[in-house]
Amino acid sequence: MTNQDRIAQILKAVSQNPDLPGPAESLFDNGYLDSFALPELVAALEKEFGMKIPDSDLNPRKFETIEKIEQYVGARK
Amino acid sequence: MASIAGFGAYLPARVVTNADLAAHLECTPDWILEVSGIEERRYAAPDEDVAAMGVAAARDCLDRAQCPAADIRLLIVSSASSAQRFPGPAAAVAAQLGLGETPAIDIPVASAGSLFGLALASHLAASSGPVLVVAAEKMSGAVSLQPDQRNTAILFGDGAGACLVREAPGLLRIAGRELGSDGTFAADLRLPLSGPLEMNGRSVIMQATRKMPRAILAVLERSGVSPSSVQTFLMHQANQNLMDRVARAVGAPTGRFYSNIRRYGNTSSASMLIAAAEWATQARLDPGAFVCFAAFGAGFHWGALLAVAE
Repeated sequence: MTNQDRIAQILKAVSQNPDLPGPAESLFDNGYLDSFALPELVAALEKEFGMKIPDSDLNPRKFETIEKIEQYVGARK
Repeated sequence: MASIAGFGAYLPARVVTNADLAAHLECTPDWILEVSGIEERRYAAPDEDVAAMGVAAARDCLDRAQCPAADIRLLIVSSASSAQRFPGPAAAVAAQLGLGETPAIDIPVASAGSLFGLALASHLAASSGPVLVVAAEKMSGAVSLQPDQRNTAILFGDGAGACLVREAPGLLRIAGRELGSDGTFAADLRLPLSGPLEMNGRSVIMQATRKMPRAILAVLERSGVSPSSVQTFLMHQANQNLMDRVARAVGAPTGRFYSNIRRYGNTSSASMLIAAAEWATQARLDPGAFVCFAAFGAGFHWGALLAVAE
C-alpha cells in the first residue's frame, strides 16, 4: 500500500464525506474536513506513520490536500 | 500557596439571539448553534465600557468574599478589547473601586488573560497582600456583523468576571499551574488596531486541542491527580465543540466541564471567571475536591491551574 493509499484510508475514517477527494483537491474547501476533524487527521497520521508531528508544523496549509500530506509525511520519514 | 476567596461576574442586560445575528450574517440560527453550541450572548450598551463592566464584576466578587475594597493591595485587569491603546482599563477600574494609589496592572493577552492573571496573583499574594483579578471584555466592538465575517461574529459576547486571591484560607487553595506561550502562529488570531478580529479557526482549533489537554495533564500529573478525580473543570468558554474535544483528550467526562457558553457565547478572558462565578453559586465541594482551570487564546497563550477545595 502506498503512502497515498494510507492517507486516503485515514481520511475516510475521519471525514464526514463518504467520497474520496482527488490528490490535489482541497480537503477544506470541499467539505472533507472541518476544523475539528483536522486535529483527528493529524493524530491518525502520527499513529499510522509512527511519527510525532511538532506543534510548529501544524500549519493547516500543510494538510490541505492528500498530495501535500504525502509530501509532508515523506519529508518527515 | 494562595487561595481563591471568591468569584464575581457581570453580564450586560442586552440579549442577542442567534436569530438576531442570522439576519445580518446570511445564515440560520440553527447553523450558529450547530457550529458553536451558542444560542445567545450579551452585548454591552454603547456607553458601557470594559472598565464599567469590570467594576461591576469586581464589586460582586468583593461582596461575595466579604472583603472591603480597601483591603486590596494589587489589582490585575485582563482585557484585550479596551477602546484605546493606552492606558488599559486597570487604572480606571481601580479608581472606580476607590482603591486610591493601589498598583493596578493590565494584561492584554485576550482569552488566556484571566488564567495568567490568576496564576500571577497566586505568586504575588504572599508578598503584596490580597490581589483582585478582573477580566472584562467588550467583544461586540471587535467583530463585524457582515456575512463574510460570520465565522467570528457568531462566537463573541460581552461581560466581566473577577476573583479574589489572598494568603488566608478561602474557597479554593491553588495547588499548581502550567502556563505556555508560543508566537509561531500569532497572526492566526488577532485584533488589529483597525479591527475587526481576524481568526484562522483551523489553526486555533488545531493548536488548542493539543496544547490545552497537555497543560491540564501536566499540572495534574505534577500534583499526582488523575483526570477522573477532578470534580470540575472551569475552562475558557470558547466553543462547546472545543470543550468536548478537550474533555475527551484528557479522559474526563464532558459533564465535568462546566459550560455556560450556550447563554453567553465566548467572552474572551472574562469567560472563565464568569463560568467560575456561576459555578460557585451552585457547587457542592467537599474539602479536598479538585477543580481545574484552563484557557487558550491569542498569542498563542494557554495554561491550566489546579485548585483544591478548602
